[in-house]
Amino acid sequence: MRYAYYPGCSLHSTAFEYDLSMRAVLEKLGIEYEELRGWICCGTSPAHCSSKLLGVTLPIKNLAIAEEDGFRQMIVPCASCFSRLKIALHETSENPELKEKVEQVLNYAYQGSVEVRHPLDILYNEVGLERIRESVRENLSRMKVVCYYGCLLTRPPKAVNFDQCEYPMTMDNLLKGCGIEVLDWSYKTDCCGAGQALALTNIVVKLSRDILDNAKQVGAEAVAVACPLCHSNLDARQSEIEQTYKLSLNLPIFYFSQLIALAMGVDKNKIGLQGHLVNPFPLLKKIKSPSSPARPPSRG
Amino acid sequence: MDKVLTPETLKSDFIDKIAQESDQNVYLCYQCRKCAAGCPVTYETDYTPFQIIQGVIYGQRELVLNSKMIWLCTTCETCTTRCPQEIDIARVMDAARIIAQREGIKAKYPVVPAFFQTSLQNISWFGRLYEVGLIMMLKLRTKDFTKDMGLGIRMFLNRKLKLTPKPTALREVRRIFKKIKEIEETS
Repeated sequence: MRYAYYPGCSLHSTAFEYDLSMRAVLEKLGIEYEELRGWICCGTSPAHCSSKLLGVTLPIKNLAIAEEDGFRQMIVPCASCFSRLKIALHETSENPELKEKVEQVLNYAYQGSVEVRHPLDILYNEVGLERIRESVRENLSRMKVVCYYGCLLTRPPKAVNFDQCEYPMTMDNLLKGCGIEVLDWSYKTDCCGAGQALALTNIVVKLSRDILDNAKQVGAEAVAVACPLCHSNLDARQSEIEQTYKLSLNLPIFYFSQLIALAMGVDKNKIGLQGHLVNPFPLLKKIKSPSSPARPPSRG
Repeated sequence: MDKVLTPETLKSDFIDKIAQESDQNVYLCYQCRKCAAGCPVTYETDYTPFQIIQGVIYGQRELVLNSKMIWLCTTCETCTTRCPQEIDIARVMDAARIIAQREGIKAKYPVVPAFFQTSLQNISWFGRLYEVGLIMMLKLRTKDFTKDMGLGIRMFLNRKLKLTPKPTALREVRRIFKKIKEIEETS
């Protein structure tokens, strides 16, 4: 099976580390993929908030390219692109009139032969935990992580059809399979403010504060994410959150693919960790050093 | 009592427009308010998603289109996911934003539609979202030049922002935008 790979705009810029680490993991596992030729933006929220037809046509255009090139499955790491592609497929299947308009715009009748898949789904359901466990080379068992799925990977379930919508476990199970200590917490699928980052920043700062606060409270040392918007809200805005709410967080935010790549022994300098605004290297050093105990020593 | 509230007596142009844009039947709402309970921005809003749905049912065009809610909405899809009547509430919010922008209604948070329109212009010019261009265009539109300057510089230094765009499929993207505009203007 050869997959089409749709990076989306973010993975070519603000989320370049997601792209680097995702490719590293796919290559380690021997999964064949090819970046979709001439892909365009999925339109993200600005499109579906401004025009129903545009919000559906831009995603279908990309699927049409994949179909023309003979791909049957497309890997979509960005949660926002993933959601837009899935919702566009759902809406055109429910609404023949809309589908007809899309065909009229594109001069192409999309047959629906390309399945849209998130890499978490492929790693868990195609590759399987067994093979993931076998590929682990580094011991990350001292790292305590919470998995943050955000909104768009699981919602709305009728369109995306991925894991449990209120308490998903795919990322948790994958990272556990990599030997990482994964903690339970309450904010797995709460919203970080998403695309309001540039417009209503105070909303993002408040919602992201709640998420990071809960992560800290359950004892996490880092947060794993699967969405470029979640990453930039939790990582790049973290110092603003700390200043606004007089908090000390210092929580590195990793893409799940960076953690899997680290576990598989990929060079830590080759997965874009230096791009993070919250420096993850002190934590990586701490979990390696034999002098630091896995649990704090009990007092008294 | 000479007027009974039924879908017939409640009929309004506004509900028809919302129904057309969203493909949703808001009359299905049985007022459980789960959408309001799950919405992440109710702490800041004037009306909850539930009240917006009721506003649509009662033909309260001004209340809905002038609300803070439709612009605060982060499109997180929680309301849609939890609605026991399976109303796609997030699509109703989309519909209200689409109508408000089309009819040129002054938004409670003008920066939000400014962000939408700037982003779409950016996509239609470059085929893919070009972040530095988007930030500059948004600053010109909102005249807020200092916001996030420090963050932007740090992101650039960390290689997260690229100075130059990567134009892709320009003719095809422009054709798509133009064609959609034509279709929307005639319907």
